[in-house]
Amino acid sequence: MIQDTTTAAAPRLGAPLAGRPPRRRRSRAAARNRWTVLAFMSPWVVGFGVFFLYPLGATIFYSFTRYDLINDPTFVGFRNYVFLFTQDPLIWVSIRNTAYLVVAITVGRVVYGLLTALVLSKVKRGAGIYRTLFYLPALAPPVAAALAFVFLFNPGTGPVNQFLALFGIKGPLWFNDPAFSKPALTVLALWASGEIMVVLLAALLDVPTEYHEAASLDGAGALRRFWSITLPSISPVLLFAVVNSIIVGLQYFTEAVVAGAVASGSSDAVGNVASIGYPDNSTLTFPMWLYEQGFHSYNMGYASTMAIVLFLVSAVFTIILVRRMRVTGVQEEE
Amino acid sequence: MRKVIPAVAVTALAALALSACSGTGSSSSSLSPAPAADEKVTLTVWSGFADRELDVVNSALDGFHKLHPNITITSEGSQDDDKIAQAVRGGTAPDVAISGNANALGQYCKTGAFQDLGGYIKRDKVDLGNIPKAVQAYTQHDGVRCAMPLLADDYGLYYNKELFAKAGITAPPKTMSELRADAEKLTELNPDGSIKVAGFVPTIGFYNNRLDVWAPQFGADWQNSKGDSALATSKGWTDLFTWQKKMTDFYGQDKLTAFTAAAGQKYSPDNAFQTGQIAMMFDGEFRTGFIDAQAPNISYGTAPLPVADDLSGSYGGSDVGGNIIGIPKGAKHAGAAWELIKYLSTDTEPLVQLANGLKNVPTTLDALKSPDLKFTGTLAPFLDIFASKHSSSLPTTSNGAAFLKTATDFAVKWQTGGASDLKAGLKDVDSQIQNDNALQQ
Repeated sequence: MIQDTTTAAAPRLGAPLAGRPPRRRRSRAAARNRWTVLAFMSPWVVGFGVFFLYPLGATIFYSFTRYDLINDPTFVGFRNYVFLFTQDPLIWVSIRNTAYLVVAITVGRVVYGLLTALVLSKVKRGAGIYRTLFYLPALAPPVAAALAFVFLFNPGTGPVNQFLALFGIKGPLWFNDPAFSKPALTVLALWASGEIMVVLLAALLDVPTEYHEAASLDGAGALRRFWSITLPSISPVLLFAVVNSIIVGLQYFTEAVVAGAVASGSSDAVGNVASIGYPDNSTLTFPMWLYEQGFHSYNMGYASTMAIVLFLVSAVFTIILVRRMRVTGVQEEE
Repeated sequence: MRKVIPAVAVTALAALALSACSGTGSSSSSLSPAPAADEKVTLTVWSGFADRELDVVNSALDGFHKLHPNITITSEGSQDDDKIAQAVRGGTAPDVAISGNANALGQYCKTGAFQDLGGYIKRDKVDLGNIPKAVQAYTQHDGVRCAMPLLADDYGLYYNKELFAKAGITAPPKTMSELRADAEKLTELNPDGSIKVAGFVPTIGFYNNRLDVWAPQFGADWQNSKGDSALATSKGWTDLFTWQKKMTDFYGQDKLTAFTAAAGQKYSPDNAFQTGQIAMMFDGEFRTGFIDAQAPNISYGTAPLPVADDLSGSYGGSDVGGNIIGIPKGAKHAGAAWELIKYLSTDTEPLVQLANGLKNVPTTLDALKSPDLKFTGTLAPFLDIFASKHSSSLPTTSNGAAFLKTATDFAVKWQTGGASDLKAGLKDVDSQIQNDNALQQ
């Protein structure tokens, strides 16, 4: 049997034989190194602990309790989970509404943002003005934007239906019709998606023009160049836009609450029984129902259960999405 | 190190979670004495009032300060229930909270968010008999009185006299059949078939068409004697939904939705009753104040709400609800706070002053009889409605208004044709309310 003479114990070629620190000194140096690394990491560690680990831990704990935020929580086992999956009739309604908004808002924001950015990237004269104009709606406060949209889409007096009437089209009831309330909310979300447009525009302007020139010389058309050069080049930003839009859809709250209240004619009491989810719970989103349970119904234990489910579902979908995009060629930032 | 980090994380999570469960404690219910005459106290009072209404409240608070010069009051308006609850949870509660949401009282009493006033009432021998029974009912929960009433709302029928005259109607309807017949006479359509003037809009959720307002007029009970949800077994609910559906079908749901969508907001100057687009509606006494300010030229009358045809003997009453005033948990000057609450909720002078200023009904029998009470003209019927033995209030529950949402959701489904089996639907509502209540235990 031939023995391997290059074992770990043997000194490496070129390594100084003399001057190697003793074992204790090495472990002390390693410990000091660890503490230094930890010290540099401490701002993140503290932030992670206080703003993520603690809330997560507390939420998990509260999800197994009856907790009204005023008195001490009492342990109720899996009761909240059983109620969520078997007895809460609005949970599935709110999940369906949220899923609709997540899909519609994500697809809409990314496609609309990309198309707008593509057009703006070609504009030479007055580019700054157009970019500002398209970005401006993103700065509108959500409450004001929702109010404005409900009045714009008012079936009787709103300019949108009056405009449609010019072409003989009878406009829908928009925010007053369960079938059209979510599309109307989606339009509102698209109108205010300027930040996605700006990010994608920056990415588009970053694509080296040499690639396009070379491809053109090789006879590639505009569509081919877009598919084979532009899209792969901006894929990390696209991934960001998709994930960001999913989060926006999952957290959709203010606009839905305000639009429901104003459209119901009860804007004096936003979030009251008559207006939450109006019409017919078609705008009741998961975060709205969670807030209603936690802060209006004093069911913070149950609200925590909902939060855990939302967290798990979001995490699963995010992981699937990121993996899927990697498989299909979308590269993360290197 | 790899093994240490997860272990530390798990330990930290467990410690944090355990510490979280001891973050709050129960309040003691010991009584605080009234401050001595030379003891300076500053009370913080939160209410949902704003602008003109807040001025009215502040002037009543000034009256208290004149009686107790050592007690200064800081009044903060536009504080809704969410903010009050948040302050209680955060340990920064005001000394006195005035809430316009009596539906939340059950939660306040059960959780201790508002302190039990029973001890103060007993100590100071406050005569609760001076408060009408319906009002007493919505200011206590399960035997715990954690708030006192501070003015009430009741509901009546508002009708447009010009439209009545045009349609040849001489008196407001007293039964639901009469209401429907009058509504049909008063309704006018545009050439395209859309509604120009609605005699009466039966859409639940529109303006003050709320189930809590409608239920007493049909004798619909929310709970049985055991306190369980009883919509399926109370005949009144079947009558209510049947009448409501027939009235909706008269117009057509789509036409009604288009009409209500275009109507002005409930409390804005273009409220559809105030613009003459609605001939009759159910609303509270406070509407008179809005009409005075926003549509003074409209010719209108008020009357008690109609009742179901077989309940004509109970004509004259309505649902009664209103503001509640209490001492939140964590209040720093509970003794002085109680003195203020006692003054505002039981003394005739401030109650009448507030009632006249806010155009709300005063909540003691003495104040109702006061010659200084200026409830004349269209406001006058609301005093009779309030005093009627047929007036009632919503039951207080530890689940707040959750039961109201469950029932309202069904009503919306019903009126839009999404539910066809009324009996089965009402049974589901009962079952859901019971399940929701169980979650609170």
